[in-house]
Amino acid sequence: MMFEVVNMSFALPEMFLLGMACTILLVVAFFKKTGASLAYGLSQITMVASVVLVYRDMGGLEGLAFSDTYIRDALSNVLKIAIFLINIAVLMYSTSYLKARELFKGEYYVLAVFATLGMSVMVSAHHFLTLYLGLELMSLCLYAMVAMHRDSKVATEAAMKYFILGALASGMLLYGMSIIYGITGSLSISAVAAAIQTGSLDNTVLSFGLVFLVIGVGFKLGAVPFHMWLPDVYQGAPTAMTLFIATTPKLAAFAMMIRLLVEGLGDVQQYWQDMLIMLSVLSVILGNVVAIAQTNMKRMLAYSTISHVGFILLGIISGTEAGYAGSLFYALTYAVMTLAAFGMIILMSRRGFEAEEISDYKGLSQHHPWFALMMLIVMFSMAGIPPLVGFYAKLAVIKSIVDIELISVAILVVVMSVIGAFYYLRVIKVMYFDQADDAYEIDAPTDMRIMVSANAVAILGLGIFPGTLMALCASVFS
Amino acid sequence: MIALSDVLTLGAILFSLSVLGIFINRKNIIILLMCIELMLLAVNLNFIAFSYFSGDVGGQIFVFFILTVAAAEAAIGLAILVVLFRNLNTINVTELDRLKG
Repeated sequence: MMFEVVNMSFALPEMFLLGMACTILLVVAFFKKTGASLAYGLSQITMVASVVLVYRDMGGLEGLAFSDTYIRDALSNVLKIAIFLINIAVLMYSTSYLKARELFKGEYYVLAVFATLGMSVMVSAHHFLTLYLGLELMSLCLYAMVAMHRDSKVATEAAMKYFILGALASGMLLYGMSIIYGITGSLSISAVAAAIQTGSLDNTVLSFGLVFLVIGVGFKLGAVPFHMWLPDVYQGAPTAMTLFIATTPKLAAFAMMIRLLVEGLGDVQQYWQDMLIMLSVLSVILGNVVAIAQTNMKRMLAYSTISHVGFILLGIISGTEAGYAGSLFYALTYAVMTLAAFGMIILMSRRGFEAEEISDYKGLSQHHPWFALMMLIVMFSMAGIPPLVGFYAKLAVIKSIVDIELISVAILVVVMSVIGAFYYLRVIKVMYFDQADDAYEIDAPTDMRIMVSANAVAILGLGIFPGTLMALCASVFS
Repeated sequence: MIALSDVLTLGAILFSLSVLGIFINRKNIIILLMCIELMLLAVNLNFIAFSYFSGDVGGQIFVFFILTVAAAEAAIGLAILVVLFRNLNTINVTELDRLKG
């Protein structure tokens, strides 16, 4: 009997992440006092080394591995590097938050590294099983992470809501997968695509399964009408955990959408296109309109996320390579902008003061003009004002739907993003034109200050020179 | 002889029951957790039926993984439930109303 020798080096980053996650778990269990600091250091080393491991084989080592369950391609490489790099900043910001609040425990880092492993597997999935396992590994870590602040009533309530709706979404996704499996007779994404291409399948059953897949993906991304968990979880979870949930898992969910809808079911695009148009338009409308009514900064950013998800969906709707590239560009810039926004909230907050309300930012420019400027950059970028990167992201996705002549949708989302500019500008107005109640201190550590500044400057830099990132995103799908 | 459509109908009924249970239930979080388990079992039934009638074992292997993940999910769900009960002294769904807006 012959066995095929498996080339393990395809999944080297994942294997390394798994090894390090287990090591960190042991370190946390053995060293009671210094465990948290060691775990922080080790998880940062893990992220940096994972970037190196992915980057080293970029372009060279590509293709399917492990009986076609795993794929390594340009999309997975780009998204993995983005996920690891963003997680470096996420871990740094959250450590500063956790240390100030007696939440500085090693478990957070164990969960963070396992969640990163889950995302990495999701991004590289080429089989329903790998996709599902990666998704669950990520989600289960995130549920536990939200519940980590055990004495907080809002945090545990948020965790419960997140858990119930997340599990419901996984169930929907699985049901869709089972129907697709039944009709195509395969679980591998390329085999599913090949079966659909023959055109001999029953389209009613196929679209029945597809509906459930779209619902599952919509839940994970937070698109309207499957967004109900998002504001509650963002507001209720401690800011460090919100930061984690808001950034990289969205990139992983984006990869899941590309793998399932574009790579797996790309040939029945006409079926999912209409569903996605509905999700996207509703998300942009609801996200922007409801955000106006918010007084809580985290909740406002949650609704802003919903509207950004609507924009990310626009590029997928177009069904063109330029559209997918635009969506990828949008997803990456969304992650960087959200990182900076929540980074600013953490920077402003200290023990006993969460800086969660918009009114907490009153007169920030009088005491801390530099950080007010950084916040201004982030808010302008989210609103989509040139020359910041958010503008080019919006431009790319809107251009892609104009190209397929969905003019009415394009006009609608442009109008909604103008309405949406109101609540971003309100934050700026509060910072620059309102009187501060008291002179507040920022007692964040120096590395945190530098990182937040670098993050906001990166948004400006990417906005002035968007070409490199745009070209990278375009090369992924060509 | 049981046909594929019979098993799929049973799966669909179980799945609908669990979704309805999640949305209609206004009382107890434990019932929500039970509904989630039921949902995963309905999916398992679908996978096994498709796998059995098409002669492809992939679906049955998938079921093993779903069962394992469902166990992990139940563990985390119950852990969150315990923490929630300690904080709020209730597991009533309608009393989860601190986060609004």
